[in-house]
Amino acid sequence: AARGYGGAWCQAWQRGAGFPNLATRGQRAVACNARGGAVPAGKCGLAPWVPVVGLEVHAQISSNSKLFSGSQVQFSAPPNSLVSFFDASLPGTLPVLNRRCVEAAVMTGLALNCSINKKSLFDRKHYFYADLPAGYQITQQRVPIAVNGSLSYTLCIGNKMSQMVTKTVRIKQIQLEQDSGKSLHDDTRSQTLVDLNRAGIGLMEVVMEPDMCCGEEAAAAVRELQLILQTLGSSQAVMAEGQLRVDANVSVHHPGERYGVRTEVKNINSLRFLAKAVDYEIQRQIEELEKGGTILNETRAFDSKLGCTVPMRDKEGKQDYRFMPEPNLPPLILYDAKSLPANMNHQQVVNIDWIHERLPDLPSVKRAKLVEHYGILPEHSFTLLNEDGLTEFFENVVKQTQMKPKKVIGWILNDMLGYLKQHSLTVKESPVSYFLLADLLNLLEKKEISSTAAKQVLAELWKGEGKTPLEIVKEKKLELLRDQKELEEICQVVIDGQENE
Amino acid sequence: QKVTVAVLDHLEHLALVDFRDSEGVEQLQKAIQFADQLHEVNTDGVEPMDSVLEDRCVYLREDDVTEGNCTKELLKNAKEKVEEYFVAPPGNIPLPKLEERDSFLQ
Repeated sequence: AARGYGGAWCQAWQRGAGFPNLATRGQRAVACNARGGAVPAGKCGLAPWVPVVGLEVHAQISSNSKLFSGSQVQFSAPPNSLVSFFDASLPGTLPVLNRRCVEAAVMTGLALNCSINKKSLFDRKHYFYADLPAGYQITQQRVPIAVNGSLSYTLCIGNKMSQMVTKTVRIKQIQLEQDSGKSLHDDTRSQTLVDLNRAGIGLMEVVMEPDMCCGEEAAAAVRELQLILQTLGSSQAVMAEGQLRVDANVSVHHPGERYGVRTEVKNINSLRFLAKAVDYEIQRQIEELEKGGTILNETRAFDSKLGCTVPMRDKEGKQDYRFMPEPNLPPLILYDAKSLPANMNHQQVVNIDWIHERLPDLPSVKRAKLVEHYGILPEHSFTLLNEDGLTEFFENVVKQTQMKPKKVIGWILNDMLGYLKQHSLTVKESPVSYFLLADLLNLLEKKEISSTAAKQVLAELWKGEGKTPLEIVKEKKLELLRDQKELEEICQVVIDGQENE
Repeated sequence: QKVTVAVLDHLEHLALVDFRDSEGVEQLQKAIQFADQLHEVNTDGVEPMDSVLEDRCVYLREDDVTEGNCTKELLKNAKEKVEEYFVAPPGNIPLPKLEERDSFLQ
């Protein structure tokens, strides 16, 4: 569930004294109409506003080679070393479709409850940019590979994680398309350096309908999509490496009226910035309209340093992409068990049913299974899945210990996760392995140490000095006294001490 | 039905073509008229064809790395390069507006 990305942003919006001071953004919050009505009226008593947010998410397909060529897909490499003649758009080259990319798109479509189009087409989208050598991008505008799906995500209401609400955003379509190269702007020498390593990498564009209303919802939806893609393996979806890019379309209108003019916000590099960018833009539009201005149908970039959106250069004026069918690619035909002809070459077949049967458990299913199997709370399952490797860690500890999962989870989510965050470590990097923790919890469960002592031992374990829990207990003399006589003697001393006062 | 100046200007912006003189515009006009003859065909109930390849299905390639690693060759044709990057102008230089440029269309 989205937590920390936008919790603060979805409390009641208060207009500060005087005209909006966007510098106090830290204090500001945008009321989310998802829970009920629209954003409440500002102090001027004007009619409430309904923000509308739609997202276009581009996910890089996890594959060895590119969508239409055999050059390698890799994040870091010497410039222009992973580029084929086709990627550089040299004359005489032709696109050849990569089957793995098709399978990735089908998997993703199925996971998002889409109808898979058994026949889909490729088109050319024309525009000029230095990192698009052909002058057009091959995409699927008319008939994409998947349509009409849905994505469910969860939000926390209020400050406690225990109140969660599930929302759904409709998926309009998923299309296969090429990524462009990378432009490095060198303003001092007034030039752009172009690296085509990324040009031609396969992308799945997931188009969501404008069913969201604030930054928190947008971030939560994208987070869930990210988890789904990572579970499927169709994309590694790491935003920081540009494998998952989000463009937000934002507009506002009064309830009952037509949708307002929308702006497109690009250059959002993290889920946190996504929430901020969307909320800023909603606020900017409301303020602009309330002072009698108009919203331009433009593309804006999010400036993470300033926390605001600014008009983007090179995107002035509406683009006319002059879509046309890609003449070099016949239709993409997919099969299912029923439609599959008898003697087709296996290698040429993408079988939707075959892929469906092999889909892994999606995050929502995994969470439900964790709750059912271990008796933990739903919000616990969210935290487990949200942290890479944590579920596995938890399950391993449970296997090795007699302590009930319901008690183990506290140690995982409060203590272990707390330490991990404190030291900015991933689960994989943890100095405390699952068997060390299990050993410790066993000592606690057998009542050989107290809970307070256990916490002390854990703190020692975190130093990573290689000692076992038992060694630390002995070293620090943390064993619980069991001997009745010894306890009586101690109590007597205390009582005697009290009597003297 | 003549092609308007607005459309011609729009095309010059999009495709960076230069209609140059009345002959250029006339050529475009004639080409459109020629293509318009297609409207005379009755296509009721006929699925549009956008490719002669419509009866085939696209060939699917295995996901193997078979190309790339030819930086030198690719950069050979580049007018300007910096280290191993292609060099381009700082951004798109849009065609100036009709009023602000020297064009036959005015």
